[in-house]
Amino acid sequence: MEIARKVDSKQGEIVVALAGNPNSGKTSIFNEITGARQHVGNWPGVTVEKKEGFLTYQGSEIRVVDLPGTYSLGAYSEDEVVARDYILFGNPDVVINTVDASNLERNLYLTTQLLEMGASIVLALNMYDEAKKNRVEIDVDKLSKILGVPIVPTVATKGEGIKKLIAEAIETSKKGKRKPLKIDYGKEIEEEIKKIQSLIETDSILKEKFQPRWLAVKLLEEDEQILREVEKLVHNENLLNQVQNSLKHIEEIFGEEAETVIADRRYGYISGLVREAVKKHPTFEERISVSDKIDRIVTNRYLGLPIFFLAMWMVFKFTFVLGDPMIGWIESLFEYLAGLTGRWLMAAGVSELAISLVTDGIIGGVGSVLVFIPNIFLLFFAISVLEDSGYMARAAYVMDRIMQAFGLPGKAFIPLLIGFGCNVPGVMATRTLENKNDRMISVLINPLMSCGARLPVYVLFASAFFPANEGTVIFSLYILGMVLAVIMAKVFKKFLFKGQSAPLVMELPPYRIPTLKGIFIHMWERGSAFIKKAGTIIFGVVVIVWALSNLPVGVEYASQQSIIGRIGSFLAPIFRPVGFGTWEAAASLMFGLLAKEVIVGTLGVLYGVGEEGLTAVLGSQWTALSAYSFMVMTLIYIPCVAVIGAIKRETNSWKWTFFAVGYSLVLGWIMSFIVYQGGRLLGL
Amino acid sequence: MNKTAIPLAFLQIGQNAVIKEIIGGRCLKRRLKEMGLAKGMTVKILKNDHGPLILALGNSRIALGFGMARKVLVEKIEVPKAK
Repeated sequence: MEIARKVDSKQGEIVVALAGNPNSGKTSIFNEITGARQHVGNWPGVTVEKKEGFLTYQGSEIRVVDLPGTYSLGAYSEDEVVARDYILFGNPDVVINTVDASNLERNLYLTTQLLEMGASIVLALNMYDEAKKNRVEIDVDKLSKILGVPIVPTVATKGEGIKKLIAEAIETSKKGKRKPLKIDYGKEIEEEIKKIQSLIETDSILKEKFQPRWLAVKLLEEDEQILREVEKLVHNENLLNQVQNSLKHIEEIFGEEAETVIADRRYGYISGLVREAVKKHPTFEERISVSDKIDRIVTNRYLGLPIFFLAMWMVFKFTFVLGDPMIGWIESLFEYLAGLTGRWLMAAGVSELAISLVTDGIIGGVGSVLVFIPNIFLLFFAISVLEDSGYMARAAYVMDRIMQAFGLPGKAFIPLLIGFGCNVPGVMATRTLENKNDRMISVLINPLMSCGARLPVYVLFASAFFPANEGTVIFSLYILGMVLAVIMAKVFKKFLFKGQSAPLVMELPPYRIPTLKGIFIHMWERGSAFIKKAGTIIFGVVVIVWALSNLPVGVEYASQQSIIGRIGSFLAPIFRPVGFGTWEAAASLMFGLLAKEVIVGTLGVLYGVGEEGLTAVLGSQWTALSAYSFMVMTLIYIPCVAVIGAIKRETNSWKWTFFAVGYSLVLGWIMSFIVYQGGRLLGL
Repeated sequence: MNKTAIPLAFLQIGQNAVIKEIIGGRCLKRRLKEMGLAKGMTVKILKNDHGPLILALGNSRIALGFGMARKVLVEKIEVPKAK
């Protein structure tokens, strides 16, 4: 990482890392400092989002790296490891630590850890106005003196104190390394620290890479990640033995693990600090705020769930009622573009094949993906409102018990619900889950939520074969998807992603009126990520499918002689046991990969009747049973390319992307098989 | 173990308590601690009706699963009313 930084940071650029608790206003500060000049990517090798922003301040080029919001710098979560590694090995010039002024004790826990690492920090004492309102009087100068770091009171949502914060950060970055904070952990523990520290200091490799005292404390805390790192670097039996002895010794004295004792002492230090520098503690009675009053209603046993479903219904309405007309506009725009380009190319004398590539393949294909954009942006807008207002945490609270049936935390409900609209934003919304296992399971089961694009297929077959029970038949498919999602979640949890899902310990941030700026930035960074990453994959697949439909040269588009027709014929036997072993069915399912609703149009083309005449043709070639089996297949088999792209992006892994494709295909086949063969046994 | 310490889950709405000890796995302890639920911290019960609890810890509000609330041992305290 050290090398990487030297390569990608410009000469003289100041690198500022932004660290802080979730809900400490870190994101607001980041947005205030950098404005729209942001770049979102992933930290290497993990699914944690990496945000960077750039600014020029009085001639200084500054790069701001937004670290994941964490309560601590242990190895509890991927987020914490990412944040810690960056501060240890990324060599930021200065760390801005955002601290919620109205909640000092908890926030300073992270601060003390940063200081113990020897990071140069500037404290942003954020939400200073709220602290004042709560009559928490903080003696900023005194706190600054005791901690030995500059402190700037800020109100990020109003932009107050931001300029001073930047100036102070630049100033601090010039001062170079500061001495690490030394918390007195008490005589017994200090003795053990000293023993371990002296062994570390005799080891040139470890001494070079870590602060010796900090490393000694981490080893006593039994930080697995640090321990592994140490073992990778050196084979120091003496050191490891000493650590074991010290751990045993401490546990004998205190009757508790060293880790617990150390954490308690750290809080003890913070309590002392707060007693010194914070003048007046309000009593609890004064703190019952508007937020708590809202919570009494929103988290109420009987009202909580109805309110949650109402909120979700509104999100849905907002997304799809507002979005659907826009989809129409985008479709017409692309039709117009395709027509225009086609005529223009024709006039220029370009061959018919090349024209078809450009109009049907590229413009048509890209258009079929871009139609999702209004829905995606509107959905992310709505989600940002829920998040920034503080409601999202309550939704997770309310849903927690129901979601335990899936073995997932309450928050995991939201991506699934969104999936009914479209699985692409559904998959993307899983990133609000902290626990990696929960996130992976939620990604993998999301395509089982029957999205809007599958509805036209259901409608076609249900109206042709079940005219009397159309609604019931379609509804049964939605239910089937949900039941399978519950089962698969349990299976994945049992065999693939073992271990606990995050227990419910969660902060409920105070309600706030979201700022438009914050919402737009959130919406944009999520939405544009979809366009960029998913877009490239989709584009590639679209071109491939186009080529398969047109080759070998001279065949009719998507006929049985084209490659896709031949593949369809080749694959057809696989689908015979499930009731639809024709090349048309197989080929239409392949086209369904582009977007599930394409199946309808493709069947129209392949049967040579257009969509209008389909019902009649299907009636003569399919049975009600094979039709239902085909609908089940449409529901379950391989998600469309846009979803595959989203899965790749969110899991950051080709392995799990292929797994998602593979398991859904197998599951789809098995379910269709059960439906078809079961139906035949029953004499249907 | 402290004699007067009782599980947090047994407290009623409106009661205040000081955290004495957390029993249970290391991972749980770590998580609670970094959220600020450490020995010596004072919490107030805002909600406890057999679902997850809601606690006030200073100015922050923390939702805590009922099962976990049984593993947090506390001592009840009286907090003077505001003037």
